[in-house]
Amino acid sequence: MNLNTLWAYANPKKFIQTTDRVLPWVAGLAALALVLGLIWGFFFTPEDYRQGSTVKIIYLHVPSALMAINAWMMMLVTSLVWIVRRHHVSALAARAAAPVGLVMTVIALITGAIWGQPMWGTWWAWDPRLTSFLILFLFYLGYIALWEAIENDDTAADLTSILCLVGSVFALLSRYAVNFWNQGLHQGASLSLDKEENVADVFWYPLLVCIAGFVLLFVALVLLRTRTEIRARRMRVLLARERMGA
Amino acid sequence: MIALLIRDFRLAMRAGGGFGLGLAFFLIVVTLVPFGVGPQSALLATIAPGILWLGALLSCLLSLDRIFALDWEDGSLDLLATSPLPMEAIVTIKALAHWVTTGLPLVLAAPVFALLLNMPTAGYQPLVLSLLLGTPALSVIGTFGAALTVGLKRGGLLLSLLVLPLYVPTLIFGAEMARRGAEGFDTTTPLLMLAGITCGTIALLPFASAAVLRVNLR
Amino acid sequence: MMPDLGKYAEAVLSSYAVSIALIIGLILFSTMRSKRVKKQLQEIEKKVKSNG
Repeated sequence: MNLNTLWAYANPKKFIQTTDRVLPWVAGLAALALVLGLIWGFFFTPEDYRQGSTVKIIYLHVPSALMAINAWMMMLVTSLVWIVRRHHVSALAARAAAPVGLVMTVIALITGAIWGQPMWGTWWAWDPRLTSFLILFLFYLGYIALWEAIENDDTAADLTSILCLVGSVFALLSRYAVNFWNQGLHQGASLSLDKEENVADVFWYPLLVCIAGFVLLFVALVLLRTRTEIRARRMRVLLARERMGA
Repeated sequence: MIALLIRDFRLAMRAGGGFGLGLAFFLIVVTLVPFGVGPQSALLATIAPGILWLGALLSCLLSLDRIFALDWEDGSLDLLATSPLPMEAIVTIKALAHWVTTGLPLVLAAPVFALLLNMPTAGYQPLVLSLLLGTPALSVIGTFGAALTVGLKRGGLLLSLLVLPLYVPTLIFGAEMARRGAEGFDTTTPLLMLAGITCGTIALLPFASAAVLRVNLR
Repeated sequence: MMPDLGKYAEAVLSSYAVSIALIIGLILFSTMRSKRVKKQLQEIEKKVKSNG
């Protein structure tokens, strides 16, 4: 018991020390890449001959959609680490990432709707990808709600990690089910490294910068929020101990 | 094990639960739909498979929090946990009891309700088959959700929020199969997918539910 | 300086506005909560030390 708490205490402390040094750099780089990428994309790219100026929405839509999925992946990995190694920082990082992933999903959905209106003539269509993102949004909501609902930190971490595992399987299943259910309007993969020619170079480079910006932003936010969660957890522990002593 | 099953059945009967409530809710949903979308029988016939599936899903959801709540309150869940039965078996039996008391009646009542919604006769057999295959998955997934929220004071709403996204694949394939059946198309693919999902959840999810329940009883 | 966005100006501008607002909101919320929790923790740690 004693050893366990020591181990659990030492690591978060080290985490805070390390991130103290790293965080400003990541945040600075994120701001730089985002400002650069978005300004480049917004002001200095030509219009697409078919989609007109709406093509500029890609610099928000694609990176946020990518991060929405990657955030869930990261939560899955950190949840596994928590289950296997019982590393507190890991569980708290998953908790910290969830709202960021949620916001990314919302951005992807909103920009998608705004983009879809002029292009497909409708704000919303039950297209497989749109539907999958809506389902992903629901998964984020459930995950966050479960964290908020449970008072004991360790119980909450355990339950949410298992929910994350089960949820991942079902999210994947839903993705295929939705594909089967309705063939969609989306073009095929516009963004895999081997299919670079799908997006012309003029659009491609600023898009890469934007993606880098979103990734860095995500990392910075998760680091910051994990620090907050660590401190909040320590606060709860101290308060509980004080109440016991008094 | 069998004793536990019988005990659960008896509890479900006595607490005015399972049988009556789920079915009544199903009937109400089916009755309300025409008020919402209008009485045109052609329209009702096209949406009937989806409505019946949604109704079955919602009435299943309604009774989920009862799976563990009673046993949690009077402490018999702790007793069960210390009994020689593995937690996985307890969870499976709970899911089975839930299915027999809510899922099965829904399956049996579905043709009657389909009649109310004017569904084409060709659709009856696929509808019943899809519900028969799909509702066990609903019960097993629901048991997982119930295990997650067992200790919470007002877990009902949270339970729905957690369980409904998990129901998506089952609903898609189940409703798809019923729809294709009603329109006279081939139902093999959704049938196989639905069966696959049900078998997969029955085989794997009890482990997750048991793990969750152990955490909650700690 | 402002590029000509043509007939889709509304769509492009609104999606940029909404997204940037959401991102800034998230950043503000995270930093504010971080500062608040940090301060609270320091106060509690001080109190615990003076007590013990």
